[in-house]
Amino acid sequence: MWAYWQSVPAHWRELPARYRLEGGKCRDCGHTTLPDEMVCPVCGSKNIERINLPRRGKVVNYSVIWNAPRGYEYYTPYVVALIELEDGTRIFSQLTDVHPDEVREGMEVEMVLRKTRVSGESGLIAYSYKFRPVMD
Amino acid sequence: MRADRKVGIVGWGVYVPKWRIKSEELARGWGRDWNRYAAGIMVEEKSVPGIDEDTFTIAYEASVNALKRARLDASLLRAVYVGTESKPYAVKTTATMLIDALGAGGNGRLTTGADYEFACKAGTEAMQSVIGLVGSGMIEYGLAVGADTAQGAPGDALEYTAAAGGAAYIIGPAERSVAIIEASLSHVTDTPDFWRRQHERYPAHTRAFTGEPAYFKHIVTAARELMSLMGTGPEDYDYAVFHQPNGKYPLRVGTRLGFTPDKLKPGLITPYIGNTYSGSALVGLAAVLDQAKPGQRILVVSFGSGAGSDAFHIEVGDGIEEVQGLAPKTLDYVSRKEYVDYTTYARYRRMIRMLHDFSAY
Repeated sequence: MWAYWQSVPAHWRELPARYRLEGGKCRDCGHTTLPDEMVCPVCGSKNIERINLPRRGKVVNYSVIWNAPRGYEYYTPYVVALIELEDGTRIFSQLTDVHPDEVREGMEVEMVLRKTRVSGESGLIAYSYKFRPVMD
Repeated sequence: MRADRKVGIVGWGVYVPKWRIKSEELARGWGRDWNRYAAGIMVEEKSVPGIDEDTFTIAYEASVNALKRARLDASLLRAVYVGTESKPYAVKTTATMLIDALGAGGNGRLTTGADYEFACKAGTEAMQSVIGLVGSGMIEYGLAVGADTAQGAPGDALEYTAAAGGAAYIIGPAERSVAIIEASLSHVTDTPDFWRRQHERYPAHTRAFTGEPAYFKHIVTAARELMSLMGTGPEDYDYAVFHQPNGKYPLRVGTRLGFTPDKLKPGLITPYIGNTYSGSALVGLAAVLDQAKPGQRILVVSFGSGAGSDAFHIEVGDGIEEVQGLAPKTLDYVSRKEYVDYTTYARYRRMIRMLHDFSAY
């Protein structure tokens, strides 16, 4: 039972977004989301296509997490940020390879794939996009 | 061994975590004087995987860099093999995650995938398999990765060198390649120099077998047999890259085979990042390809404990200079660094356990 406290089906469903930044784009109003939504949150259209979102963006705002939810304790302190990708899509993501006091609004960041959560000794290891300051 | 159809390297990529720990700091943690070991190990600092990094995340970024240089869509890959001795799962193939993250095999994921284990030569063993598949015409493109977050027991001599990093190679037909793999050769025996039993966190090693009967015998045999097959000598190569468990052995084995230090140093990366195990020789090869010129020849010989060596004769082709700058180079990752102390290192390597940590493992 211990191995399954993280929902395995939810983990599996989220893989396209977490591994490949596959999001949704409304064919009617152009609004983009991550992950893709059944209904466009802006215009209500159900005419949504799956797209690969750009892997670079800028930090819009951020928060430092000192008291983490279950499964994230070992990673504290870590930074979660609202990131605006190059096409304007806004997503939430953890930042990595950066100290909390180095993060700035407007900081240019790029996607990497990292471990986010581990379900004990016997459960799944969840991986997801995170963003780091751009290398070049 | 030579394939029916000529094959080569279409693209290559590396990844090394940004964190480093100095050997002096590792020695300090155990009350030892690094100066007593420095000349024997010749590794001044090593890479440390971040708290959220493992073999899969390392393999992923190296593979993305290889795809950029190959100018290839991942959907065209029909084989993805990951060589490692630090699999994230004991049973669940790292390649399954890498295939899905890259989108290999197209939307139908029509590709083979497997993890290879052969201590430090698992990556070149993966490469041999892909060469065989492309060379026989079964597939057009395949990906071979060598990556590790190597384990060295706290206080053990291996702790000075066990590092993290990896390299990825896209192998394809010669006409799409920037470096041709003219031939390869493998040599394997049962040599008890190093092993890790099921459920053990750290490997065991036997000092008496480490040098001559294991590392030197297998590399020298594979290198000499391959050069004999090709009718070449050390003077015919511009670069030679050997497995790098420390900074000393590759220089010594290279000299023994007749290579001058100037041919060895461009591919000698371990002194700056430590031994990346399955990535070791392949990261060295990547550093050479980063600066190689058309017409140059490279000899690569890996070594894996247990024990065996894979040797490759590679000829650099036209077009390599066009792709060298398409992804970050090995030295870009080597120079991107930030030092951590022993406490942070122990935490990042999960050697310290929290009282209330549901993610501990």
